[in-house]
Amino acid sequence: MTVTAKDLSVEQAVDQVTLTIDGIEVSVPKGTLVIRAAERLGIAIPRFCDHPLLDPVGACRECMVEVPDMGNGRGMPKPQASCTLEAMPGMKISTQLSSPVAAKAQSGMLEFLLINHPLDCPICDKGGECPLQNQAMSNGRGESRYGGVKRTFPKPVPISAQVLLDRERCVLCARCTRFSEQISGDPFIALVERGALQQVGVYAEQPYDSYFSGNVIQICPVGALTSSDYRFQARPFDLVSTTTSCEHCAAGCELRTDHRHYQVKRRMAGEAPEVNEEWNCDVGRFAFVSGRLTDRLTMPLLREDGVLRPASWPEAVDAAVAGLKAAGTEVGVLTGGRLTMEAAYAYQRFARTVLGTNNIDFRARVASAEEEQFLASTVAGVRLDDSVTYGDLERAGKVVLVGLEPEEECPIIFLRLRKAVRKRKLRVVAVAPRLSNGNAKLSATLVPTAPAGETAAIADLTDVDAGTVVLLGERLAGVPGALSAAVALAERTGARLAWVPRRAGEVGAVEAGCLPSLLPGGRLVSDGVARVDTGSAWGVASLPSGPGLDVNGMLGAASDETLKALVVAGAEIGDFADPVSARDAFEHVGFLVSIENRLSDIAVRADVVFPAALLEETTGTFLDWEHRPRPVARVNKGLRSPMTDIRILAALADAMGSDLGVRNARQAAAELGELTGWDGARAEAPAFPGADDSITPDGLRLATWRELIDDSRRNDGADDLMETAPPPVARLSTATAARAGITDGEPVTVGTARGQLTYLALLDDTVVDGVVWIPSRAPGRNVAETLGARAGDPVTAKEGFQS
Amino acid sequence: MTDLLTPVLTKNWGDEKSWTLRAYEKSGGYDALRKALTMTPDEVTGVVKDSGLRGRGGAGFPTGMKWSFVPKDNPNPKYLVVNGDESEPGTCKDIPLMLASPHTLVEGVIISSYAIGVHTAFIYIRGEVLHVVRRMQQAVAEAREAGYLGTNILDSGFDLEIVVHAGAGAYICGEETALLDSLEGLRGQPRLRPPFPAVAGLYASPTVINNVESIASVPSIIARGKDWFGSMGTEKSKGFTIYSLSGHVANPGQFEAPLGITLRELLELAGGVREGHELKFFTPGGSSTPILTAEHLDLPLDYEGMAGAGSMLGTKALQIFDETTSVVRTTLRWVEFYKHESCGKCTPCREGTWWLVQLLRDFEAGTAREGDIETMLDLCDNIGGRSFCALADGAVACVTSAVKYFRSEFEAGYRTPAWELLPYELSARFSVPATTGAHV
Repeated sequence: MTVTAKDLSVEQAVDQVTLTIDGIEVSVPKGTLVIRAAERLGIAIPRFCDHPLLDPVGACRECMVEVPDMGNGRGMPKPQASCTLEAMPGMKISTQLSSPVAAKAQSGMLEFLLINHPLDCPICDKGGECPLQNQAMSNGRGESRYGGVKRTFPKPVPISAQVLLDRERCVLCARCTRFSEQISGDPFIALVERGALQQVGVYAEQPYDSYFSGNVIQICPVGALTSSDYRFQARPFDLVSTTTSCEHCAAGCELRTDHRHYQVKRRMAGEAPEVNEEWNCDVGRFAFVSGRLTDRLTMPLLREDGVLRPASWPEAVDAAVAGLKAAGTEVGVLTGGRLTMEAAYAYQRFARTVLGTNNIDFRARVASAEEEQFLASTVAGVRLDDSVTYGDLERAGKVVLVGLEPEEECPIIFLRLRKAVRKRKLRVVAVAPRLSNGNAKLSATLVPTAPAGETAAIADLTDVDAGTVVLLGERLAGVPGALSAAVALAERTGARLAWVPRRAGEVGAVEAGCLPSLLPGGRLVSDGVARVDTGSAWGVASLPSGPGLDVNGMLGAASDETLKALVVAGAEIGDFADPVSARDAFEHVGFLVSIENRLSDIAVRADVVFPAALLEETTGTFLDWEHRPRPVARVNKGLRSPMTDIRILAALADAMGSDLGVRNARQAAAELGELTGWDGARAEAPAFPGADDSITPDGLRLATWRELIDDSRRNDGADDLMETAPPPVARLSTATAARAGITDGEPVTVGTARGQLTYLALLDDTVVDGVVWIPSRAPGRNVAETLGARAGDPVTAKEGFQS
Repeated sequence: MTDLLTPVLTKNWGDEKSWTLRAYEKSGGYDALRKALTMTPDEVTGVVKDSGLRGRGGAGFPTGMKWSFVPKDNPNPKYLVVNGDESEPGTCKDIPLMLASPHTLVEGVIISSYAIGVHTAFIYIRGEVLHVVRRMQQAVAEAREAGYLGTNILDSGFDLEIVVHAGAGAYICGEETALLDSLEGLRGQPRLRPPFPAVAGLYASPTVINNVESIASVPSIIARGKDWFGSMGTEKSKGFTIYSLSGHVANPGQFEAPLGITLRELLELAGGVREGHELKFFTPGGSSTPILTAEHLDLPLDYEGMAGAGSMLGTKALQIFDETTSVVRTTLRWVEFYKHESCGKCTPCREGTWWLVQLLRDFEAGTAREGDIETMLDLCDNIGGRSFCALADGAVACVTSAVKYFRSEFEAGYRTPAWELLPYELSARFSVPATTGAHV
């Protein structure tokens, strides 16, 4: 991506120092390490422990250079580790290229590193992409002089379900332990023992419990840390690597996806300094097999005599067209959060120009009219240059989190905030019903707020100014007045707002116009000028002008059969605000078309099912929460279903005697590109009142949100990943527990009139009194479905198992 | 000959219950503290600086100058940490000092803390010497009871608490930054410098770290003045110090003498080399200092004299070895120690000592191969000056110096086991059954 002007100005503000490396002058910002100054000249000094995003440690001693002049006319008597040496003005450095002493120090160090290394490269996952292998060739001796006994260990030992440790291969660079301590803040691994027996160890009573554990595999400079998932799956030189973007959340991580034989073997964090730097989360890394399970759809299905049977494409298209034509404009389109911006664009165009309705909504989750107005006024049509970015978070004076748990809902925001907390002492404030582990790692100040109390809490926030960034989670759609209060806060104080949805496709869907009131690029359906402008771009005479139904309206209308047909893509019944009423809607709607990758609980109720290509088989763009375009590249060309969402919609349009106008992602992107930069009317900011948020003295209120690793179809098949899912616990304060007769560590059953769910009680005094927190989708426990309750609703809690 | 001795630190060691407060006060103890409290802190620092006292832990850095590096404007508390992690093979001065006269150290800590502006001081003691830890704790408790510690010490308005901390058994914790990690409750491994401890040491606060003997020398300097102190020793190495003689010497023990005394003089004080034998080699200051031989008997044992001979004064732990000793075996034992004590943080020390031990075992067993001496020296070159801290420099110093002076003995290791060349039972101080193999 382009480097913004803001970033440049920061860099230029730093003093520059000029030094000479191997006779070549180079200027670098003050504080730059010599090893990195050398990189600017293209001089690669070998290294193992050095990592640009970790604090220097100087442990491996591989990067030795000679320092004939420290910049004060005096040289250093001994070679120095260039990874811990700051560049000084006038300094002279001789690397292995010009100093025999440095070259000997480096080759000597490599010889030492290899004496206790097993040299089992032919069976090592790292073989072929191993810094130790590479540098042994470039900077080491051809043959070892060591004839002694090597240190041996049993191998491998698991440090978590996903990460295996081979201690024999470890060069003790401490990258993994530094990552865990400095970056993710999960110091569950540490170096133990001493001398040559020093090794990475885990705390016996606590597993290596981190959402970011996969990164230690990637930054291990040898094959000591391997992935249980990828172990022995492929040789690096047999893999084909594709740079793409992660589809699992709105963080926008760049990915390097490696495949072989038309099957993805592993995913690694890509290098995107402005977005995910070089990290990603374990879901992004390990959850990629759900599309190759037995429920993958590869051909259309058609309901006949009440049963779905495989059908040919023409047969299925004809059946879908017949059903949709019969429904006329009494039809709705629901798209979930998995779609690329281009696909979302195609769906809304399909709804508006082919079906002739504004009944379209991407929000297969808690949604409100207030949120729709907020998205239309504050999120839609915003360009990257005008929006809050990761860099802005890092430079902010203060960051306020409302309805958002970054570590659970957008892990890269968590990492970036933690970096700023650590390096710049950024202050983080969390408006939440409890201080989560993630926010504790951000040293966040908790504004204790019972669910539904966010609206008042936002209004009451003090010490907010233009240097403050307020991050708003999608959960606020369920809190009347909260988004309105946030907009008012921003207007009053100059603070900047950013909306952080959970899913990767949501910002793109807003931009594409997948909302009943919104056309592409922030245009309003209610604005005649915008309709004409959009209609002319699409080559249609007119666009439907009537107000469309949002997700709640469509599900209600489907239940009472005033809506005759639904087209659904990328959604699960369990995702909706109330899965029970959503199921009712899908069962009652007269005609249901499902466009899916896998046989879903909506697809099994559909009249026609179309198999859509997986994301890894298609191209497109996600907009991350910053509104930064994140390109999705086709990874896998061995297609099991040749039809993308866009192709399917185009085929339906053709068969209906209409024209979708676009037939692939490239065309959709081009057309959407023409519709950006709208300077006409925009939606008004929402100004909704808050609801009564008082807690009845004896009542108990539900707090809940989704965790990163939980019951999600994206995680299907990633068994090792799921083993690291947080345990199902119900958190409540000691006082609340005492009142309800609940004991720490005992089973506790949370219930409503609809149903009950059992968790283990965890007393946590950061939880607001009168509130019980449970995870929304712990494996096997869907709170919305079983309890029919959302955050803020009254619940009961009692010790013991469900009756 | 005995007038060569200058007992100051060791003067009261023979007194009745010398470790008690009562005995210490009887011999003038804590008078120096009273005097110091009438001076300004800067005046105390000035006297120590002008006295020329240099660090007795081995490096010889001027003590007063170290104190003056502590930034005055840092808002964090300042700490004094006394390094009593005496673990070097051969070194035995701080432990007997703390055992015989713990109050000398306590008084030194109070005066030094007053000078630096410290209100919490730590005495870090090697964990294996539990009796010394207990004795120091007892002394601190006694001093506190008597009003020498706590708040408003002797009505001066100065407050100080001393924490006696036991290490957990790692030689590396004598390295000052590893000591700080250990004191903070972490694994003892050396820290990256900068920042230096004077700026960000214990708990990221300005910290002065001094050896036990250095701090224990302070009360006498305050009591009797810099000129008295400077009248002893040599031009650049002033004052008295404790030399520890061990090994093949008639009367091993601690000898307190002015810096610059020679080993020949010290040996005369100690009754000479074991009867019927002659000096073969010695360490001037513990196993980390390159060995010297009989040709160095008349060199002054001070910082400059030892540096001039290619060695170091170190801790003044003179290990004496007579002609029956196998230098190969001795070197192996030392390097085994360093291998065992390498903390593992950096490659050359961790892997290099692992390798050196295996090579030296070959030399000892007479199974080394032609060229192994050159390989060993090359490894030493790749270890020394390449490591994170000075532990590895100490580990190779004994190897390179042993080869320098006794190369032929290593060459013999190509063919002959060391125990055949120099039967081990002959070098034993007490008679032991004859052995036929190594490592008995």
